[in-house]
Amino acid sequence: MGADRRAFLGDLVGYGADPVAVLDLVEQHASKGAIVVMGNHDAAALGRPDDALSGSALAAVDWTRAQLGARHRTFLSSLPLKVEADDILYVHASAAAPEQWIYITGPREAAESIDAGGRHYTFSGHVHEPKLYYTGTSGRPMAFRPVPGTPIPVAKQHRWLAIVGSAGQPRDGNNAACYALFDTERERLTFFRVRYDYESAIRKIRAAGLPERLALRLERGT
Amino acid sequence: MDVPEEGSVIDGFRLAEMIHAGSMATIFRLAGPDGALPLIMKIPRLGPGERAVNVIGFEVCRTVLGAMPQSRHHPTLVAYGDVETLPYLVMEYIEGDRLDDRLRRAPMPAEEVARIGSAIALALEDVHRQDVVHLDLKPTNVLFRRDDEVVLIDFGLARHGHFPDLLAEELRVPLGNWVYMAPEQIVGVRCDCRSDIYALGGMLYELATGHLPFGHPVTIAELRRRFYRDPVPPRKLVPAVPEWLQEVVLRCLEVDARDRYPSARELAVALATPEAIPLTERGSRMRRAGLPTLARRRLRASRFKPAPCPPPLLETPASRVVAVAIAPQESNEALRTAMRDAARQAVAADPACRIACITVVPPAATLSGTGEENSATGRHIRRLVELRSWAKPLDLPEERVTYHVLESDKPAAALVDYAAMNDVAQILIGAPGSGALPWRFAGIGREVVGSAPCTVTVVRPRAEG
Repeated sequence: MGADRRAFLGDLVGYGADPVAVLDLVEQHASKGAIVVMGNHDAAALGRPDDALSGSALAAVDWTRAQLGARHRTFLSSLPLKVEADDILYVHASAAAPEQWIYITGPREAAESIDAGGRHYTFSGHVHEPKLYYTGTSGRPMAFRPVPGTPIPVAKQHRWLAIVGSAGQPRDGNNAACYALFDTERERLTFFRVRYDYESAIRKIRAAGLPERLALRLERGT
Repeated sequence: MDVPEEGSVIDGFRLAEMIHAGSMATIFRLAGPDGALPLIMKIPRLGPGERAVNVIGFEVCRTVLGAMPQSRHHPTLVAYGDVETLPYLVMEYIEGDRLDDRLRRAPMPAEEVARIGSAIALALEDVHRQDVVHLDLKPTNVLFRRDDEVVLIDFGLARHGHFPDLLAEELRVPLGNWVYMAPEQIVGVRCDCRSDIYALGGMLYELATGHLPFGHPVTIAELRRRFYRDPVPPRKLVPAVPEWLQEVVLRCLEVDARDRYPSARELAVALATPEAIPLTERGSRMRRAGLPTLARRRLRASRFKPAPCPPPLLETPASRVVAVAIAPQESNEALRTAMRDAARQAVAADPACRIACITVVPPAATLSGTGEENSATGRHIRRLVELRSWAKPLDLPEERVTYHVLESDKPAAALVDYAAMNDVAQILIGAPGSGALPWRFAGIGREVVGSAPCTVTVVRPRAEG
């Protein structure tokens, strides 16, 4: 990918049938300097109550909790809710109140998060579809749906909040995984969609006895 | 940065004479080694007290031009400086006259208006195909190369669908030239390519009559008058304007974008084939709407709802593309029919597929001969008309057929490249020896079969008897 540094925006576990492998991998990246923040499904897997989770998500959380050993739980609980580095803020949900898991579903929520964070760039997860919010001269953010593979100039005259989109939990009918690459030097942000072997992921979800809904979504993308 | 002047050196570029000093930017020619691409440098006015929109316009121009592949229809961006420290854009210098120079000769004969109009429309089509809406079309932004091909300049207010629209909120006062501005632009719509068709309609009106369709609005109220007040019919001003031209001009100037030409290509083709333009009341009317109509329209205008923006014209790889290669001036009717039958079969096999009609012509530069008949634009239009007339009996909806005139010395390679770049699923091509096949089109089938990245079907007309 050509990235010097990686960032994981939360919800590492709680949907799929490979929580241990995922945590091993992310922990390995973290030891090499990757940024990792906690998501609401991670928190739930640690036993923190979350009223917002749906039935299938709750079932998956219970299952996940049973898979995790002490080391994984320690790693998960060590994750911060947000990380600020240089001019960038990484947070799973809204920087306005990271622990409340507020969904950024429109310009208003984006404005609150951008204002609370006070950085030029905010990277978030939680919402599954890629979206780029940006402020103009009035400071009011506007929403843009990025075109995969197109580098977007993101100059510092504006403030930017990027919802990177999820790797393996699509909601937009496209079953490819999402990630984004930020070139801090040239101030360019590119969103990507990448195919992966979702069929194996589906097989494992079914084999683990996790809710069928979680399996179907990986294929249908909704 | 010091005030730039002739002789200043910016990032290694030496400024020659200043050719423009406007409210948004100054433009210098660049002194460079002989023989290199002639260049200009555009330096936005970004000092204290200048408008924020200048900064954003600079960013927009850089982003949009930088993202568009090189084309004869817009300047090539060569280099740019950082907006905060050293803002400038270095672009290709286009030598030629501007539309405002030609407007001095208005009113012009209908044929000349049509020729200029279709050349501008073709340039617009090229821009629109890249998901870009210009949004500031006016006579000073339309240049003519020496062969009369049109170059659109100044993309500072444009919108590119692949990038966040930084100007979306700078709308307290409608941005752009009010003389040619489409109604939907006045209320802040920035995603409709038909807004450019409206602006072009305004310029055609001016070319045909020597008058502006809506005068020079100064206040917002005057600007909004075009929501309900129709322009004086061109034929009323200049009786020599034929009905077909009035039909075209007034259709471009329709208040509702859905009533205009759906694409710049449609407009270009209409202007190239006046005899085929269906005439309506628009073409023959000799007076503006009467008071009762006006009152009704005024009421409706107060609730003006712009039409939804059309989907981008981009090549959509989501649907299967079947490319049909047709030789320029193909006159073998049996082959044309056989090709159509093959296309129908492709459509029957996959009703969602798109038919891309393609012809390949030699590049403009290698053309001998001068004059309008041989101008690159005239030739391009004639080939488009040919492709359209071939496809017409297929009776496919507009969005399912596209037309492409590729320029290349090597037709087979051009087709293969097109197929690769556009993810074409199948190419239909005429069999060698089955047509008149002028200009090296003969026998390219084998070459295409050999190197195409997809299925190639060689179509042969059924033998007589």
